[in-house]
Amino acid sequence: MSTLTIRSLRKNFGAVEVLKGIDLEAQNGEFIALVGPSGCGKSTLLAMIAGLESVTSGEICIDGRLVNSVAPKDRDIAMVFQSYALYPTMTVRENITFGMESRRVPKPQQDEAVKRVAAFLQIEPLLGRKPGQLSGGQRQRVAMGRALVRDPKLFLFDEPLSNLDAKLRVDMRTEIKKLHHRVGKTTVYVTHDQVEAMTLASRIAVMHQGEVQQFDEPATIYNRPANMFVAGFMGSPAMNFLPAELSEEGGRPAVALQAADGKTASLPIVQTLASDTPRKLVLGIRPEHIYRFDPDLARRKPGIAQIDAMVELVEPTGAETMAVLRLGGKEITGRFDPDGTPLMGETVTLGIDMARACLFDPTTQRLI
Amino acid sequence: MADAALDQSLDHRAATVAARRHFLTRFVIYGLLVIFAAIYLIPLLVVVLNSFRDQQEIARNGLISLPRSFRLDAWGQAWSTYCIGGTCEGMQRNFYNSLKMTIPATFISTLVGAMNGYILSKWRFRGSEALFTCMLLGVFIPGQISLMPWAFILGNLGLSNSVYGLVLIHVIQGISFTTLFCRNYYVSIPDDLIKAARIDGAGFWRIFRKIILPLSSPILIVTVIWQFTGIWNEYLFGVVFTSGQQQPITAALVALTASGTNVRAYDVMSAAVLIGALPPLLIYLFGGKYFVRGLTQGAIK
Repeated sequence: MSTLTIRSLRKNFGAVEVLKGIDLEAQNGEFIALVGPSGCGKSTLLAMIAGLESVTSGEICIDGRLVNSVAPKDRDIAMVFQSYALYPTMTVRENITFGMESRRVPKPQQDEAVKRVAAFLQIEPLLGRKPGQLSGGQRQRVAMGRALVRDPKLFLFDEPLSNLDAKLRVDMRTEIKKLHHRVGKTTVYVTHDQVEAMTLASRIAVMHQGEVQQFDEPATIYNRPANMFVAGFMGSPAMNFLPAELSEEGGRPAVALQAADGKTASLPIVQTLASDTPRKLVLGIRPEHIYRFDPDLARRKPGIAQIDAMVELVEPTGAETMAVLRLGGKEITGRFDPDGTPLMGETVTLGIDMARACLFDPTTQRLI
Repeated sequence: MADAALDQSLDHRAATVAARRHFLTRFVIYGLLVIFAAIYLIPLLVVVLNSFRDQQEIARNGLISLPRSFRLDAWGQAWSTYCIGGTCEGMQRNFYNSLKMTIPATFISTLVGAMNGYILSKWRFRGSEALFTCMLLGVFIPGQISLMPWAFILGNLGLSNSVYGLVLIHVIQGISFTTLFCRNYYVSIPDDLIKAARIDGAGFWRIFRKIILPLSSPILIVTVIWQFTGIWNEYLFGVVFTSGQQQPITAALVALTASGTNVRAYDVMSAAVLIGALPPLLIYLFGGKYFVRGLTQGAIK
């Protein structure tokens, strides 16, 4: 049993407010990802949970115990750093046992713990080596071993994969996920990579400018982003934003857009709107919800709206092809199956899945 | 075909010219280096040769000339029997004084510098940068300025005319340098190591002992060499605050040159100077490569 609760947490560095009232909680065994662009305060938040940074105001509770002024070593946490922070003069074994030695764990118990963790992470052959003799992936494993060996209440990861090359990063991501499944410890994971957050976390906190923009399950974050920042940050290529106006189409609410031919196209809205919905809106459509229109599709999927657009650029990636389309004076990106790729310069009729579209208020930037 | 052959021979000729030019530049460079090295070494050579010459021979042929005799007497005299200011014990007592002063002063100032550097780089606090700047002032203040204050302090502590007084002076005077060296070196050690160790349950001292010190050998070697040679060669404090049997070797050497009754014993003086110069020389010979390596470390990157 271990939980983490954070209530209206604030942090100032001099006059600069880095965290502006953070509320978060992690249930037992949960995997929480803190994601956001650099400078959003996510690493500071993690350092505060670890006890490496002082708390300006607010509360941090681990397992219901207020730990605001508890030293890092007494919080029963383990942390994996971006730089791994392996002690360079010690062997892998010494690195792993350093924490136990500091806590005066008896020697036989230490040996047993090292054996268990080394077998678990398959690093037995490395135990006698120094960190300088290890590859990036091996260092990463050792860093995790050092965290695992303690059997802590809370695991903290500070961008642990950013120093690895692309392929290894994907492998290690899978490893971390497996590891969490097997160990089942409450984990807080800081990353700037939204894919890592989506794949690993049971809940994601998207942070921006010292505030949590949205704290929810990955699917909700992706499908119903709370505001335009979250919508734009999560997902790659990013969600398309189109300025639109509220209108009516056959007695049902719709949004009016400028199509390629200069005419105004009306896209019917599937969701029910509140009466105080502003006239001017921002329509958010993810690239994968833009299709080449065909009647079959429209029959299968309700809420497909039709609109013409000019194809400006085509970018094949192999598995799928991105197309940059001009619509309503703005460029949008669509994600197409390589077989049905539109051609450059062509005017295509798009089918836009309005059931998956998001509407935002342009003044508050919030989801409607 | 003919063109190709011509080209080839041209290429060959160009290569020979280039090789010759390369050889010439090398020759000039090494020649100059040898000349400069000789200029630096000649005084030392004169002293070394004179220490083995007979005093009468020096008087006859002049200070700078090739030796016609070879004797080791001067070394023995300089070490144990030559009379300086009435006591006829040679330099040995002063040599030991210098050791008794230099070794503890080097050790303590290096250790304090390492501690200071560790705190100023890894446990920063409000005002630590200002404190560091103040400590750095010591690097720029010449020793002469602190003569009066030290006289006052040593007098009050009852440490005047004692080797321990000199140890105190050299420890304090050296802290600016040792702190500067160590602090700048420790800044390059990643802070994440300290954070990881704190989470691992290590405290201030354990982190210093287990993580910082094992990483410090390059900078500690530099600091020790710097301090050892500096303190051993220091003359001003030694001559001002000690006299007679308490003097370090640098001060005693001057007393020796001044104490000649009628004949100047150049052979003994030369041997004495060499005895006085030997320890720093040995330190440099053994640690020199670490010294250069340590000084440049961190400069690149």
